[in-house]
Amino acid sequence: MSISAPRGLASSGQKPITEILHPLSAAEEPLSPGPDVTVSGGRDKEVGLTNGTPVETPSPASASVLFNRLHLDDDLDPDTRDPYADTETHDLFVTVDDPKKHVSTMETYITYRVSTKTSRIEFDLPEYSVRRRYQDFDWLRTKLEDSQPTHLIPPLPEKFVMKGVVDRFSEEFVETRMKALDKFLKRIADHPVLSFNPHLNAFLSAKDLNKRQGLALLTKVGESVKSVAGGYKLRVRPPEFCALGEYLDTFNQKLGTIDRIAQRILKEQSEYLTELREYGTVYASWAGSEEELQRPLEGMAGCVTTCCGALEDMSENMSQDFLPVLREYILYIESMKNVLRKRDQSQAEYEGRLEAAVLRKQEDRTPIPAEVEKCQDKMECFNADLKADWERWQSNKRQDFKQLLTGMADKNVTYYEKCQAAWESLITVLQDKQTEDKTSCKSLWEIQQ
Amino acid sequence: MADDGREESLGTDDDSDQTGADGSLNNTMVEEGSTLMRRMEICVAEAEKRSGKNAVSMQETYTVYLIETRPMDAVAEGRNPAPDCLWRRYSEFELLRNYLIVTYPYIVVPPLPEKRAEFVWHKLSADNMDPDFVERRRVGLENFLLRVASHPVLSNDKILYYFLTEEHGWKEAVYETGFQAKADSRLRALSATFRVRNPDKCFMEMKHYSDELQSHTSQLLRARARVADRLYGVYKVHGNYGRVFSEWSAIEKEMGDGLQSAGHHMDAYAASIDDILEEEEHYADQLKEYLFYAEALRAVCRKHELTQFELEMASQDLISKKQQREELATGIVRTFSLKGMTNKLFGQEAPEQREARLKLLEDLIAEGEETVKEKTIERAEHVEKAWVDIQRFKEQKDKDLREALINYAVMQISMCKKGIQVWSNAKECFLKM
Repeated sequence: MSISAPRGLASSGQKPITEILHPLSAAEEPLSPGPDVTVSGGRDKEVGLTNGTPVETPSPASASVLFNRLHLDDDLDPDTRDPYADTETHDLFVTVDDPKKHVSTMETYITYRVSTKTSRIEFDLPEYSVRRRYQDFDWLRTKLEDSQPTHLIPPLPEKFVMKGVVDRFSEEFVETRMKALDKFLKRIADHPVLSFNPHLNAFLSAKDLNKRQGLALLTKVGESVKSVAGGYKLRVRPPEFCALGEYLDTFNQKLGTIDRIAQRILKEQSEYLTELREYGTVYASWAGSEEELQRPLEGMAGCVTTCCGALEDMSENMSQDFLPVLREYILYIESMKNVLRKRDQSQAEYEGRLEAAVLRKQEDRTPIPAEVEKCQDKMECFNADLKADWERWQSNKRQDFKQLLTGMADKNVTYYEKCQAAWESLITVLQDKQTEDKTSCKSLWEIQQ
Repeated sequence: MADDGREESLGTDDDSDQTGADGSLNNTMVEEGSTLMRRMEICVAEAEKRSGKNAVSMQETYTVYLIETRPMDAVAEGRNPAPDCLWRRYSEFELLRNYLIVTYPYIVVPPLPEKRAEFVWHKLSADNMDPDFVERRRVGLENFLLRVASHPVLSNDKILYYFLTEEHGWKEAVYETGFQAKADSRLRALSATFRVRNPDKCFMEMKHYSDELQSHTSQLLRARARVADRLYGVYKVHGNYGRVFSEWSAIEKEMGDGLQSAGHHMDAYAASIDDILEEEEHYADQLKEYLFYAEALRAVCRKHELTQFELEMASQDLISKKQQREELATGIVRTFSLKGMTNKLFGQEAPEQREARLKLLEDLIAEGEETVKEKTIERAEHVEKAWVDIQRFKEQKDKDLREALINYAVMQISMCKKGIQVWSNAKECFLKM
């Protein structure tokens, strides 16, 4: 089989649909990975080569791993495309936009347009445009979690919103949710394994998402079959996963703190804004009783109002862009922890079974059953996938936070720049009549420089 | 002690244009081309704590301020003689001012800095002994002296001169002027309600304006204090980012350094607000000066009302006396009087009695006419002099407040620049993550 060097894919930062050349057009260039993207592979074949999981020899183990893997995922279509095939070029682009309100007799809800452009042969057409609602995204996520238990599935924005507290149909809420859904799909589309999941395919292409309750039930059953390991207890977690677990806990804590700080800042800024508005009106009302000072005082009022506007913009930005991303990562950490737990389960199961089998062998020379080997494969598969996903996640996290924090810094700089401009133009107005008093004019300008 | 042979008139030097020791800009209050003789350089150099027994023999701590004076000609010639100096406490400044407002009721007398800290935002100390408060008060007292000493009328006052030159015996001199009695009657008059028939329209408008000025400046001071409070909160919360970034950096590999440095910038940002708001207090002080000035303006307008009222009373009195005389002379009773009634009841009085009464009335009328003349002159003089000073005050106010606004804008720009600097630095760190 043809395998090329694995390539880590950059995080959600795809070009908008309009800028993407049609996959079949000649001029398409491959997406090159960023300098700090770790090369990883969700492909088990490369497991032995890149992330050093305890697989003795690459060739035979990997073949069986591949074989077992196909068996483990029962509801996978047998003629699913070989996940190790060459996907050098990024060939699946998805975007979520255009929210619309739907009013029916039973309920009111929002749908979003999900646009896809792809050159993959798993898809019948190169382009798709469907409308989906939150429920559908939730369905997709559940399906992915069930069918790819060893992988980290990106989080969805919060499902439940307290009616009466949050307006589900307000522009800001819909906008924020849409951005999160867009990110969700992009992360999946970027993933070397998840992006080939048939449920994703259905989500992106089917006109009507027939959610096939029957299959859902089957999946649930399949899940419980898979997690028979419920009875086994993990003894020792390998150090690398311990470190991972600890990191997640601490990181989770820090993110929580940052979220609280950001919220507190927004609150303080909102109170500051209230007082600032009042402050501006006092200047305006004073201007009414003055003659010479009328224009200067009105100028002050105007300037303060401009600063209020700038502050409002910044606060809005922070609440719409900054906080949701933080919260998303907190959810992401939860997902990661879940996957880690499942991994622990699979290790526990394997070790449990192995121990039992070894004991029996010692007693009556019964050979170690194939099941145990299956368990071992399953566990190793899990470890490999988790590690690969972890690497990708770390690198994406770095990018995302770099972007998030520089964004925050930018917004603050913009705010101060706007205010500075307003005050500087006010000084011109204030100094208007000061042509006589040159001394104070001069000294003030000196100070300003 | 002052040099001998010094003339009584005082002047100040244009050093008020320079920045004071604390870097703050003094108000330019000396008009170019003023007719003052520049005889004396004045400054309030220091403040010191003293302890002593007060009037009721209780131990108290108070602050005294060092007033330094130097002859202007010596400074101009480049000689640098040691300044004459004396110590005064706040209550003595108050005494001086009370003397001035009583003695010159047609002058808008410059106000003193506030006795107690008001309009404080919560982190600012309201303690009179707080060093920042004392420092700001020192500046305010110096400002007061410079304003008074550069005033075309007030600067010529002897008591002011002695205040600056005679440490002991000054108080006695003040009381000897007998101003205390006038002070008491003034207070009574100012708080009394009386109806004036024909007050000067301009003065009434000016009185209304003084109320507006007082209301607006106090509103502004309150609003500004609240804004300062909130702004303080915003900046300080950012300090928490410093801590959490530092903690977070400990669990990161590549991101660690960037986060750590960014955290330091957040700490710097949070700390920067203290100086920013401290500086802004200077703006608040400038507003406060005019808040108190508004009161002084109002007092001058009230004095006008008083003189007008007294004139009206005197005129009224004269008219009624003349009427009485007429009645007595002609026998025609136009107005109701007790005498008239008793006359009707008990018969007219004897001619001698009538003569006596007529004579008395004539005397009273003569007195009354004198009074009316006096009151007319008093009123007219007050109107004339007060109006001149009010115009002067108006110009000064417009200039000073405009300058204060400019100062404020400059401070805001500086604050914005600092903000841009810090966040740009933080951004650099984030980019290195």
